This record gives sequence, C-alpha cells and structure tokens, in this order.
Amino acid sequence: MKATLQKEASKTVERTQPAEFVTPEVNIFENQEGYVLEAEMPGVNKDGLEITIAGNEITIVGRRASEVGSGEPLFQERTTADFRRVFELDPAIDTGKINAKMNQGVLTLTLPKSEEVKPRRITVSD
Amino acid sequence: MNLIRWQRPVLTPWASLGRLTDLRDEIDRLFESPLSELTRTSNLLSGWTPALDVFENKDNFSVKAELPGMKKEEIEVTLHDGSLSISGERKSETKHEDAEVYRAERFFGRFQRSVTLPAPVAADKIKAHYKDGVLTITLPKTEEAKPKQIDVSVA
Repeated sequence: MKATLQKEASKTVERTQPAEFVTPEVNIFENQEGYVLEAEMPGVNKDGLEITIAGNEITIVGRRASEVGSGEPLFQERTTADFRRVFELDPAIDTGKINAKMNQGVLTLTLPKSEEVKPRRITVSD
Repeated sequence: MNLIRWQRPVLTPWASLGRLTDLRDEIDRLFESPLSELTRTSNLLSGWTPALDVFENKDNFSVKAELPGMKKEEIEVTLHDGSLSISGERKSETKHEDAEVYRAERFFGRFQRSVTLPAPVAADKIKAHYKDGVLTITLPKTEEAKPKQIDVSVA
C-alpha cells in the first residue's frame, strides 16, 4: 500500500471552473507517523482557509484577505487569484486526526496514519 | 429518393460572438497568468524570485512582496540611492531526516530583489510590515516629490 498522497487528483474540476485559482507550491513528506504537507499561500490567513475532505480527496482552498488599495500600480507581479489544490489521500491516513496550522502564509497539514497501519514490533514468545 | 426541404443554415451572429469573447477571455488568461508561472519555473534556474508589486499614490510608494514562511528577523530591507532592496534567507523549519520526500516545490535559500523608485522618499519614515507571508513597505515621498497644486491668481 504505497502512499497515494503524492498523486494528484484529476484536474478536470479546475478546468471547468473559470474562477481564477492558482496552484500553491507544496512540500510533502512521509514518515512512519504520517504525512506532512506544507503549502505556500501568501496573503491568506486562517479565516481564508477551506480544507475539505470528500471521499479520498482533500481539497485545499486559500482565499486571500482583501488588501486595501494602495494607489496606482507601477509594477505588478502578484496575482489576486485564490489558491486551490486537490490531493488524493492515502487510505492509511486517519482523516479524523488531520491537523492544520497557518503561519505567515504557509499552511502545514499534519496527516497522521491510523494506528493499525503503523509499523509495530511483535515480540516473539518462546 | 427523399426530398428534404432545404433549410437556411442558422447563423446567429451572437453564437459566434460568444465564441469570440470566450477566445478573448482565454487569451487574456494566457497573458495574465503565465507571468506568475514563469517566475515559478525560473525558480529552478535562478533561485527564488518573490513576486513583487509597486504602487504609487499622492503621498507614498508601497511595495508588497510575497515571502511566505519567513521570520521577520530574516528579512532585510535597505534603501540605497533611491533603490530599495529586499533580501533574506528562508530556512527550512522542519527537519525530515527519516522522511521520504514526495514533493519539494518550495524554495529555501537566499533571495534578493531590488526596485528603483521613480521619486525620492523620506528614508527615515519608511515602514515595513510583515503579515500573512506578505511584506508591505510604505515609503513616504519627500515633500519636494509630492505633487503640488498652485493657485492661479488673477491680476
């Protein structure tokens, strides 16, 4: 049961939605305890986050906090589009224990594996 | 042989117009979005280039940079000869020695960006603020650089 978290779900949903979304950059790690996912969403605070789990898919949406107008743009590289990305969940993840933390525009999701799938040592009796 | 009544093909100008506007939206999107995509892919070659905005109003310039996941101590802002520089180093906070990496899209390391301001600013009144991973720098213009209204007197 190789992890499937790294496999991204079909992008068809994103294509049919003309609403402007950009894909946040992510780092994903797996260890024995579970997965850690870090997503970069500058301009998004805790209130702008929507994390939903449906079936075996987790959807992360980050809506940027509105910024007060600062005048005429002279130079503009930033986009105002919100963030969205969908991942397929490893069935080993205990979805009830997923924890999300937001710090300076970086979302850290901790996705622990359920107890049954964690490796454990079995003592051999004589 | 069956005779089928000839029908004038339906040519509604609106349908094709609709398609045209779709196409236009599509092109607009093409020109709008790839900018950020380009800076993203260029990360691979040239390191990290945080996205930057510069705004101007009557009294101030304001510069916004996207620097998610930093500590405010790690960000350096300097002004030299009318050129504003933002630099710093982002360090990976979490250690993942025993972990398997599935995706590593985030950039860690040094970055630097500079902008030349089109008008002089009061260096001692510059304010920088870091919130939600966005650095906002407000640079008040010097009195001389502000637009002035001159009353026309009637002789």
